[in-house]
Amino acid sequence: MSGAQHERVPVLEVESLSRSFGGVRAVDRVSFTLFSSELLAMIGPNGAGKTTCFNMVNGQLRPDAGAVRLNGRSILGLPPRSIWRLGVGRTFQITATFASMTVRENVQMALVSHHRRSRALWRPARDHYFDEAMALLERVGMDRQYDRACGVLAYGDLKRVELAVALANEPGLLLMDEPTAGMAPRERMELMQLTTGIVRERNIGVLFTEHDMDVVFAHADRIMVLDRGQLISEGTPMAVRSDRKVQEIYLGGSAVHDGGPA
Amino acid sequence: MADFIVSLLTGLSSAAAMFLVASGLSIIFGVTRIVNFAHGSFYMLGAYIGYTLVQAIGSAAVGFWAAVLIAAVAVGAIGVVMEILLLRRIYRAPELFQLIATFGVILVIQDVTLWVWGSEDLVGPQAPGLKGAADILGKPIPEYDLALIAISPLVLVGLWALFKLTRWGTLVRAATQDRQMVAALGVNQRWLFTGVLFLGSALAGLGGAVQIPKGGADLLMDFNILAVAFVVVVVGGMGSVFGAFWAAVLFGILQTFGIQILPNSTLVLMFLVMAVVLIFRPWGLLGMPETLGQAHPGPPEQPLRPALPRVRILGGAATALLLALPVAHLVLPQLVGAFTLVLVIEIMVFVLFAAALHFIMGPGGMVSFGHAAYFGGGAYAAALLVKFADAPFELAFWAAPVGAALLAFLFGWFCVRLSGVYFAMLTLAFAQIAWAFVFQDMPGSVLRTFGIADEFGAPLKITGGDDGLNDIWPSAWAGTRIAYYYIAVGLSVAALWIMRRFLYAPFGYTLRAGRDSPLRAAAIGIDLTRHRWLAFALSGAFTGLAGALFLFSKGSVFPTTLEIARSFDALLMVLLGGVQSLFGPIFGAAALTWLNDLFSVLSYWRFLLGVTIIALVLLLPQGIVGFAGTRLGRRLRLARPEEITA
Repeated sequence: MSGAQHERVPVLEVESLSRSFGGVRAVDRVSFTLFSSELLAMIGPNGAGKTTCFNMVNGQLRPDAGAVRLNGRSILGLPPRSIWRLGVGRTFQITATFASMTVRENVQMALVSHHRRSRALWRPARDHYFDEAMALLERVGMDRQYDRACGVLAYGDLKRVELAVALANEPGLLLMDEPTAGMAPRERMELMQLTTGIVRERNIGVLFTEHDMDVVFAHADRIMVLDRGQLISEGTPMAVRSDRKVQEIYLGGSAVHDGGPA
Repeated sequence: MADFIVSLLTGLSSAAAMFLVASGLSIIFGVTRIVNFAHGSFYMLGAYIGYTLVQAIGSAAVGFWAAVLIAAVAVGAIGVVMEILLLRRIYRAPELFQLIATFGVILVIQDVTLWVWGSEDLVGPQAPGLKGAADILGKPIPEYDLALIAISPLVLVGLWALFKLTRWGTLVRAATQDRQMVAALGVNQRWLFTGVLFLGSALAGLGGAVQIPKGGADLLMDFNILAVAFVVVVVGGMGSVFGAFWAAVLFGILQTFGIQILPNSTLVLMFLVMAVVLIFRPWGLLGMPETLGQAHPGPPEQPLRPALPRVRILGGAATALLLALPVAHLVLPQLVGAFTLVLVIEIMVFVLFAAALHFIMGPGGMVSFGHAAYFGGGAYAAALLVKFADAPFELAFWAAPVGAALLAFLFGWFCVRLSGVYFAMLTLAFAQIAWAFVFQDMPGSVLRTFGIADEFGAPLKITGGDDGLNDIWPSAWAGTRIAYYYIAVGLSVAALWIMRRFLYAPFGYTLRAGRDSPLRAAAIGIDLTRHRWLAFALSGAFTGLAGALFLFSKGSVFPTTLEIARSFDALLMVLLGGVQSLFGPIFGAAALTWLNDLFSVLSYWRFLLGVTIIALVLLLPQGIVGFAGTRLGRRLRLARPEEITA
């Protein structure tokens, strides 16, 4: 939408991605392209294939057919850790952080790994990339709580820590699985505003799934709608909102409801 | 062909006891998620109780089989007592604590058995009516073997009927699949668990009782069957009775044929099969992928902080005290005797051993059940170098950490791919292989098969088997008690400090990252397997160093340095000290070595030790160091205000 001062280049290209589970086509020939500095939402009713699609992009699941390219390079079959090395940050539906470490140490770990220093044996870990970690925490608004253990943090704060961790390797692509799940409505909007600001200034492309339609229609630049494994609609929030097929899924028909378009 | 059939039948008959014990272990694990270390002890009790009952009423066939069944029920009742008095209080404790608690039970049962039945091995009476030999294709086979072959399928069918046809059995199956769901459905878990403990223990008791005519009863049965039962359960799949059956049959047959091809190789063969199965099917033949060991019940660990000033001062004071001890010995020999120095050397050896185990167990979350392999393995590497290459002390000493590291590097490659209970079992398996290697003097027996003898024409001994390797002492300069004291204390303190640095460095943090959240670790590009492998090898090196210090302080090394009990000692030290703290293993090892020493002059020291362990588990569930996190500990400024554990 607005504010894209960077050049719009394709970051992630997905071509006719397919995956079946015992005869059920969970994802059926889905294709899309994600551009830098863009937030692309993937929505659809339960069982539409969002998670399957997501996990094929991030390397957790192998597709039966199709192509996934990051900056023009195929990442098919790479394990998650190699995909991360190519500049893909991730946040999880249920936050995954290191509970026995402080907020800052969580970010430091990501930085240590990014700089391939994770086998360093002597200098204390807390002295590694201290300032860089603090800068990232400041950006997500967690610098004040830098010394608290992640195991005792509030859920919304954990989401921010995850975002800082995901930014540590200067990613070109962020994969966010239900970024606002489990948060209060106000927190949701704040986190998405924060995310939007960061991806615009750093020219990052974001692919996210989301159940909260308010969040999706307020923050996504483009929306893809999946139903029964197939991409049935794609476009700006305005276009998707007025799409007949989308309205049918969410308002009429027999599909399981997650909430309707706002 | 007849030979083949007879071997097959012998194999099947030896599968009976294995199956009975393993199925009990598997059922208990499936429902309660407790790995019952005391299960071997129940097997042993079954044999002893069965023996006494058979003596009393077993002169006729009816009396004999009644005695066997009563023994099984009696052992089941003992299992129930353990469940009610002990396990009920610790179902929610971290799984490792349950392990130590049941380990305490092993020690208690060992001494109770010794007290009641004495130390003599008991030779079992033959079963009335089954004393003869049947004729199978012209070969004799004991009738009792045929009875044993029939028992396993009978029990299997009985269990199948129990699980499929009764409501209780349905609940057991449901609980094995999803314990929380069963609880949510309002099932009274208490009695379900108690019943499962009864069934599982009774099966172990039955296993012990039915093998009396073949093996009698002795005090080593508990550990001997425990290792075998673990292997059977793991290969069959945790919680799967059918898996246990097929694995037992497989191993029974393997044992019989293994003996014919390679004598003395049965244990090694078993563990090799287990290693292969676990590599290709990490959750066993009929088991389900296990998440145990990834969830951490209990409060999360506190972040690592630099030691508090008071803790630093205490550590410095303790080191100064250690260094001043020999001086005190010279000045006041009547107060600080030579024995004190010997005891401190021994304590430092085990502190180092425990800290090395903690290195992977605490921060890495890798609970090794077989770390004695690297302790004894290191010691043997050094000893062999002295014996056969005439290596000087200064060189041979360092062969221990290097050798142990190489061994850990080799075994670790397989182990680090697994996690939780399966990791523990595979490490145990490799340790048993290493133990069998030296105990049965495999290199020696290989040379003997080629007819290679020493200069006097006698068969060559390499590891010396049970006799061990003797007369291995440090050089003259290091040989005095005080010199060796300083070597032992200096090297172990240095090693502790180095390990601490490693754990505070990015490497240690990476290990903790993998333990806290493997998902996130992969999502920030960490290759966990590699880090875990490296940590395993490093831990092996430090353990080998402890082995070297041990070797040269005793002047000899025996296969006991690699045995399961030794591995468990180290585990116990870490757990008693507190797995969540880097100081934990130090306190645990010191306390346990000291307690061992204190109790060992008493005749029933195992009983006392077992009771002490159980009491500690119930009273100090965070380990000894957990004390620092209590109110008193914080008031003494041993922990930060936020580090509340109690």
